[in-house]
Amino acid sequence: MFAELNSILNVSPEDFSRGEFVLLSDRQSDASFLIHHFLGFYLRAGCQVCFVALAQSLSHYTAVSQRLGVSLSQAKEKGQLVFLEGLNESLSILNPHDARKGSEAMDFLRNPSAGLQSLVQFVSSSFSHARSAVEGANDGHGPPVLLVDDVSLLLSLGATVDAVLDFSHYCRAAVCSRLKGNVVMLLRCDGENDVESDDDSERLLRGLTHQCSLALHVRSLPTGYCRDIHGQVEVCDRRRQADSQQKKKTFQYKVHDRGASFFAPGTSSAVL
Amino acid sequence: MAASVSDACKQSVKRAPLNTTSFQKKTRNKLLSIPGTRLSVQNGQLLVSTGVTSLDYLLGGGLAVGTVLLIEEDRYDSYSRMILKYFLAEGVVCQHQLFLAAAQDHPNDIFQELPDPILDDVVMHKPADPPRLSCDPQDSFDAMKIAWRYQNLPKVQSVLASSSRFGHYYDVSKTMEPEMRQAAKCHHFYHSEHPSQPSATHSPVLEPYAALLKSIEEVISREGFSVAAPMTQSRNILRIGLHSLGSPLWGDDLCFQDKPKHSHALTTFLYGLRALLRSSLAVAVVTVPSHLIQNSSLMGSITRLCDNAIALESFKGSERETSPLYKDYHGLLHVRQVPQLNCLTSQLPDHKDLAFKLKRKQFSIERLHLPPDLSETVSRVSRGELAGAAAGGSACGSANKHLDF
Repeated sequence: MFAELNSILNVSPEDFSRGEFVLLSDRQSDASFLIHHFLGFYLRAGCQVCFVALAQSLSHYTAVSQRLGVSLSQAKEKGQLVFLEGLNESLSILNPHDARKGSEAMDFLRNPSAGLQSLVQFVSSSFSHARSAVEGANDGHGPPVLLVDDVSLLLSLGATVDAVLDFSHYCRAAVCSRLKGNVVMLLRCDGENDVESDDDSERLLRGLTHQCSLALHVRSLPTGYCRDIHGQVEVCDRRRQADSQQKKKTFQYKVHDRGASFFAPGTSSAVL
Repeated sequence: MAASVSDACKQSVKRAPLNTTSFQKKTRNKLLSIPGTRLSVQNGQLLVSTGVTSLDYLLGGGLAVGTVLLIEEDRYDSYSRMILKYFLAEGVVCQHQLFLAAAQDHPNDIFQELPDPILDDVVMHKPADPPRLSCDPQDSFDAMKIAWRYQNLPKVQSVLASSSRFGHYYDVSKTMEPEMRQAAKCHHFYHSEHPSQPSATHSPVLEPYAALLKSIEEVISREGFSVAAPMTQSRNILRIGLHSLGSPLWGDDLCFQDKPKHSHALTTFLYGLRALLRSSLAVAVVTVPSHLIQNSSLMGSITRLCDNAIALESFKGSERETSPLYKDYHGLLHVRQVPQLNCLTSQLPDHKDLAFKLKRKQFSIERLHLPPDLSETVSRVSRGELAGAAAGGSACGSANKHLDF
């Protein structure tokens, strides 16, 4: 987790609001460093985390989290983390003659146009399973958190925009409303900021932005490519606002080996 | 630099031993010495050479094992095909296994066109050429006049395996010797040889690519490239070359429909390929005719499913071919994406304006810079103006230059 981002969002592992739907989106840049931040943040806060990782392998996340000071393997052993490795699980379905039988979570791949029910089942079952396991032990497990790395990959695998919007709605209903937990989703778009474009990923972005309570939009620098400033983040905060007005703040960021630094636009060390 | 590798080794030793992807950092005690590979100095990944040394430099030292390189083809598929041939030729020289899939030409035709490597320190078995003995004093005197004492030394140096070097140079005017090519184990997949048959088990990967994915998976499991395979046998790398995926010859309608019937066929295949590669000792180079794909967001999702992505834009046939700005180069090279391999950062390139030139012995990629203007009449033509004038027609550009006051 990144300390500067915590101060920007006014949260800390001991004190954060529940029932939030956080949307991370990027356009022509890579917002996956934010997923690692939230993963580390919620694991440190002691939450029950379900991570649907479709983009990368388990060892990638383990290696990165190790550098950030969080051990995923320990969390898995303790039962704090339920990890769905999409790449591995999908192999048994994409190669039907394979003898291995993966989990049923990726069964939607067999008929993507039918919807993402199998994934929703997996999410709700992982939380209920964990709750029943924890009920016995007097564990101080925090609220449940669902992290989805790369909702746009669901579009690439054949799901329709409506199916993905339904999926996010069901996850919100199950996790945010019923279990008072948080949901964090990453959505990757591309192309220019074409508001009137009817692209699948643009429609999905608009739909999810409407549903979310906190949005972090990562963009590349509008003035061009720079090695020292990797892009800018626009934080749209709709939490705790009585009149649902959003507060927008913009920061520029640079990703290091062990974290990311955020600074006000124009105050990068490369410039000053 | 060395510290990061040892640090990585210590870290991976501390981790639980169950690592089933090829993306793990290799620890020092079980360092696999696979010929033709080396460890990256930045993050300890296992790298192979693409065959083009300047492309290796651009990618941060080489292509990481377990990743996919996407090449967006240039208009006539000349330079992207060249890079694919370099990639396969490098595999032959390093004694890796090859897998080539194509729909346009038979893979054997592409194999016959591989460039000849420039190797001066390899023992090549040439039965037709008997070693010349220095039994004839006249000959030896003719051969070496000054260093004649060295005449008796053996002609060929001690065996330096060709794989001890990382990255070789190739002479594109000659093709590789058939003996050398046949020494390498090649698998191929020609699309016409696999007619679409309705399989008993319905695979979600759509028909043009289902057979291809199955064939790749069979080769990986049969030849033991999977990371989960027993470590007793000596390991090798599989180089996978996929030519012109997404073109109509594969049976895909991406390139001629605005709203293709199965827009996710290629992306599902790429996802399956990524899943396969993450758990095998294999590298893939995929070329896609992006200039034919109408839907730009589709190209974006294809790029995100691959790890490295570059795009080639050749000047052939465009007005830029005769532009004085670009006369030293054959085309522009754009880096679309660099991967994040087991760490938060990626190896971003220093500059984004790169141009390439295919010379006889080297495919060089350099930073594009304006040549010095040494003409007598100072022509204050900026780069943008020149490109605009070139688009409009070269006549007005030259007319402006001849205005004399």
